[in-house]
Amino acid sequence: MNETMFIDPQRCIGCRSCVAACRECSTHKGYSMIFVDYIDRSETTATMPTICMHCEEPTCALVCPADAIKQNEDGVVMSALKPRCLDCRNCVNACPFGVPKYNSAMHLQMKCDMCYDRTSEGLKPMCASVCPTGALSFGTFEQIVPLRRTKPVNAHVFGNQSVKTKVYMMLPTDADEVSVDGCGVFEGQISLDGAHVKEESWIDTQVEDSDKSNEF
Amino acid sequence: MSKVENLASIIDRFGPHLHDEPIGGWSAERKVDKMVPTHCPYCGMQCGMNLLVEKNHVVGVEPRYDFPVNEGRLCPKGVTAYLQTHHPDRLEYPLLKRNGNFERASWDEALDLIVSKFKGLQEKYGKDSIAVYSGSSLTTEKTYLVGKFARLGLQTRYIDYNGRLCMASAAGGNNKAFGIDRAANPWSDIPHAEVLIIAGANCAETFPILNGFLWKQRDNGGVWIVIDPRETPTARQGDLHLQLKPGTDVAVANGILNVLITENLIDQAFIDSRTNDWEAAKTAALNYPPDVAAEISGVPAEKIIQAARLYGRAKTGMIMHARGIEHHSNGTENVLSYINIALATGKIGSEGRGYGTITGQGNGQGGREHGQKADQLPGYRSMLNPEHRKYIAEVWGIDESELPGAGVSAVELFNKMREGEIKGLLSICSNMMVSLPDTNKVRESLEGLEFNVCIDFFMSESARYADVVLPGTTWSEDEGTTTSGEGRVIKINQAIDPPGEARHDWRTLQEIARRMGRGKYFQFESPREIFDELRVASKGGKADYFGITYEKIDKQDGVFWPCPTEESKGTPRLFEERFAHDDGKAKFHAIEYKGAAEKPDEEYPLIFTSGRIVHQYLSGNQTRRIGFLVQQCPEPFVEIHPETAMKYKINDGERVKVISRRGEGIFPALVVKTIRPDTIFIPYHWGEELAANQITNAALDPTSKIPEYKACAARLEKIHTRELPILGEVRKGTSLNEVQKGK
Repeated sequence: MNETMFIDPQRCIGCRSCVAACRECSTHKGYSMIFVDYIDRSETTATMPTICMHCEEPTCALVCPADAIKQNEDGVVMSALKPRCLDCRNCVNACPFGVPKYNSAMHLQMKCDMCYDRTSEGLKPMCASVCPTGALSFGTFEQIVPLRRTKPVNAHVFGNQSVKTKVYMMLPTDADEVSVDGCGVFEGQISLDGAHVKEESWIDTQVEDSDKSNEF
Repeated sequence: MSKVENLASIIDRFGPHLHDEPIGGWSAERKVDKMVPTHCPYCGMQCGMNLLVEKNHVVGVEPRYDFPVNEGRLCPKGVTAYLQTHHPDRLEYPLLKRNGNFERASWDEALDLIVSKFKGLQEKYGKDSIAVYSGSSLTTEKTYLVGKFARLGLQTRYIDYNGRLCMASAAGGNNKAFGIDRAANPWSDIPHAEVLIIAGANCAETFPILNGFLWKQRDNGGVWIVIDPRETPTARQGDLHLQLKPGTDVAVANGILNVLITENLIDQAFIDSRTNDWEAAKTAALNYPPDVAAEISGVPAEKIIQAARLYGRAKTGMIMHARGIEHHSNGTENVLSYINIALATGKIGSEGRGYGTITGQGNGQGGREHGQKADQLPGYRSMLNPEHRKYIAEVWGIDESELPGAGVSAVELFNKMREGEIKGLLSICSNMMVSLPDTNKVRESLEGLEFNVCIDFFMSESARYADVVLPGTTWSEDEGTTTSGEGRVIKINQAIDPPGEARHDWRTLQEIARRMGRGKYFQFESPREIFDELRVASKGGKADYFGITYEKIDKQDGVFWPCPTEESKGTPRLFEERFAHDDGKAKFHAIEYKGAAEKPDEEYPLIFTSGRIVHQYLSGNQTRRIGFLVQQCPEPFVEIHPETAMKYKINDGERVKVISRRGEGIFPALVVKTIRPDTIFIPYHWGEELAANQITNAALDPTSKIPEYKACAARLEKIHTRELPILGEVRKGTSLNEVQKGK
């Protein structure tokens, strides 16, 4: 499979159509593997979708004591195999992107597998099919990149950890990597000196309640 | 009498309740019998979609990649639309209100009561004592039939519809300027425009799928100029945002035209050969140099100049607008002031050079063409034109004198109920208690009726006031055509049979007509038969459907009207050679700034404006019952700028009172920098005590009779009580109380 996903955050309109469509995949039983966040609603209407980035060396698989998370020949990182999954949640805690979730009712880790049941039949994933703007697109590098004025980036730096991913972020043309240096102050957190507190807008909390938890 | 006495028990029984999974639950082992290609029931994009059907149940949705408009794309309303079909709140049998409670009745019982009441009222007060109020989410076949039903079935002049609340100002402006009312270009022209002016259109939330075209234009190197009082997602993504005061569109548009004139960016050859009345419009625009326009609108003069240069210097460009400029007491003038810009630069009538309103309702275009409007007959014919009356009377097999005269617009219709002239109402496909301005007055109108009938498939906030509620069908249970915002006639296909005793609306109307003794005019056995009569009725009119057939729609992925002959493939782009006025020319109009009917003052110092969110559709009767959509935004909020919030000592999330001269409501504050400090905003999709329309002003545009939803004066009041907690489940208050009962 030469196709992959391209995430173009500037196009996201926060409609959560991808979230609704993800639920429709019969194998998910109504759970969505996609999360859409407001960046900071008090400042801007900007939003951002999160899907599995399908790392070349997936942290979730590395930390799995039961070898339950497999990568297929296309580099797609699959959901945990049910017979092997130990409910340990190592993957849930270790993923630098915060993607896998633990489904306590089903005793299983669940995550985006790039709609394996659809793509294996030549259909596009649900999220990229319905996305109104192309904030989520599925296709080959040649099909997507030449049409855009943004640059595909798949290198991510989380402090000391560097990750390469199968999924691309479409970024401004001067960007080479996505870097999170670990010293920033996030919403709802208190910085190390205790001085700076950033409150989240209530509507962020309301809408993203489920997204912020590690469990379904 | 039509009062709501037992609201709690009505809500308990009929919802809105939340429903959030396909019938039988989510399952990996579905045996789908068939996949029915159709379209979304919601907005004017009319996206293609496939419904998955299992044993006469719609169990899911699959993208319809081969429909050219959306190529599989859907917004969250579209994805979850199928969940309404088997919703536990569905009305499945007729209901009669007895002692304030709705009781199950047989169809015969309900219809007999309706007919005896209607006959009684008409004998006592005259034919015009009954009114029909309809909507544009119906198929075109049904909208045609509703018009015929009012005039021939009930023989009343009083019919109007909710399109009056939608794009009526655009229709008014387009008819004045071009002599016809339809978007001038297909959406596929958008990617070919170098510059887009998007005025009063929050495309990201209200026409999500249009964004596919907008981004193709962007990918081609295009630029967006967005004119909106709020920094909507569309404004944020655009290149230039003119954040004007609500109600000052004329100043901005005239300011842009002024710069185009003074910097000689106009197309004099186009003006000379294809338009009339330029000098008057020019003279008016010269009174609005950028600094004057800036003073009125609050948009910096540099931005007005920049917008004019971007648009004026580009070879191609399109102007698109929506309710933001149309919902004003001078909405038609707002529209005309933007049309002046398109005409002055000759940017109309070819690929990438165009203009159009973005029609909101699913069938907002088709629903406004074939006679459910107060003064209109099929094919965009006029009730006041003797030739037009004669033609339709002939098609309908009556004498011209039997055709009633023109009625009045939506808001005026409800005024007449309050004044006692109208005693009975039949409403269909409308939820006035949410959608009409000044909710408290609308309630008075409904409560004063002697007899009130409602056809709907859910118990809407308005249906609660009815004496008889008849169960109708959702879009998946019937077939027919709709006409999308670009003028493309498309076909809705039936996926399943209506549930319970629910009946197709067109059958119900015919049955009432038959029992009124008017059956000979209503002998249709299928939507196709209605469409075939409509084709003839529209023949020779401006909206000519004569050459459109169901087969042609299927074959061509839709047909753009006018399509006058069987050979014609339709007309995707208008005005390539001529405009629709008799001399073939477009008309300029000299427009002066007036502003909103009610401007802020000391007592009400803020400008109130209303609008939509992406997760709800119109009055929310369909979408406020779907779990996923409600969870994204359970209740309306009031957007307040931090500076204003500081002044009133209001915290983010705190409930505040919003008050106007007409009413007040309590809403949680959403303190955001994306709105102007002098403006507050509430989305309007909710009813009763959550209705934004408690605040709005019913001032009407003189031409379009559209109410002024988008600008009135209001004030904020901090609530000094601990009874209204700020956060947590209880904060979500009344709306969620209603819906959570279903969980």
